[in-house]
Amino acid sequence: MSADGQGRSHWFDDEAGPVVRPYAMTRGRTTSAVQHRLDLIAVVVTEPDADDPETDPTLAPEHVEIVELCRRTPQTVAELSAELDLPVGVVRVLVGDLVDSEFVHVNRPVPPAELPDESILRDVINGLRAL
Amino acid sequence: MIFGRSERGKPPVEPVTLKILVAGGFGVGKTTLVGAVSEIRPLRTEELLTEAGRPVDDLSGVEAKHTTTVAMDFGRISLREDLVLYLFGTPGQERFWFMWDELSEGALGAVVLADTRRLQDCFAAVDYFERRAIPFLVGVNCFEGAPRYPVEDVRRALDLDDHVPLLLCDARDRESVKEVLIGVVEHAMRQAARHREALTT
Repeated sequence: MSADGQGRSHWFDDEAGPVVRPYAMTRGRTTSAVQHRLDLIAVVVTEPDADDPETDPTLAPEHVEIVELCRRTPQTVAELSAELDLPVGVVRVLVGDLVDSEFVHVNRPVPPAELPDESILRDVINGLRAL
Repeated sequence: MIFGRSERGKPPVEPVTLKILVAGGFGVGKTTLVGAVSEIRPLRTEELLTEAGRPVDDLSGVEAKHTTTVAMDFGRISLREDLVLYLFGTPGQERFWFMWDELSEGALGAVVLADTRRLQDCFAAVDYFERRAIPFLVGVNCFEGAPRYPVEDVRRALDLDDHVPLLLCDARDRESVKEVLIGVVEHAMRQAARHREALTT
């Protein structure tokens, strides 16, 4: 591809990033059935009666980490991405797996245009004033 | 909505989440603004452009796309245990605008941060939010040493619609940023009210 890569002994360099690509964790999948629900501020909540994820052989360590993180405090997709240092797209696939296997559920954010009334926006204003 | 602390055995609180976008040119102070009010140090989330689900058109103009990542900084403000506001700094470069579509979907509103020395850097953001009818205001970040212009001059230079608020602010100052964010929410409420009126008349 680039001419300056030809003289090097390795086909990769620092710019290539980690040699194991993030999507290896998702076994190459870039979508999942629930993906359309996963906004960056969608909240992932571990099901209270979920089994111990460590004992499930189908789950990757990253799956287990998501289940544990969201058990203590529900986390948004953006927070999981930052916390696990994984691209958002990878987190979406992993969360999709966990929804399918009923370890977690996801709360989709309500678009402001669909809010039943203005009271939440007033609460936001009052909350900001009180900061 | 479930109240109460997330103790063992009790279900944790599942908060309502809202987001406000912070747009503007490179180096205008987006992450500074987010950091001024966020309860956490701004976090970084990344998206790879290799996502196969993306329409190919969205990647036009992006060279070496197999290694490109888009970084977004974001912050969090817990207004109540069950109500959390997120602030997302939008990727500055125009070629990453496909990310804006995803970010702006369901957003409460947006701040377009402007620097009077490089006003043209925020034209594209103003245009973007106008076209999508996303409530936004312009915050003029008053950098030290930057010339101060009357608000009306800046408004004219940006060719802003009359109803779009324009505020002078300091992206480093918590109180100033609070005022900007309150301005966005108030503007969003007014815009929603106008929208409802238009539907009923």
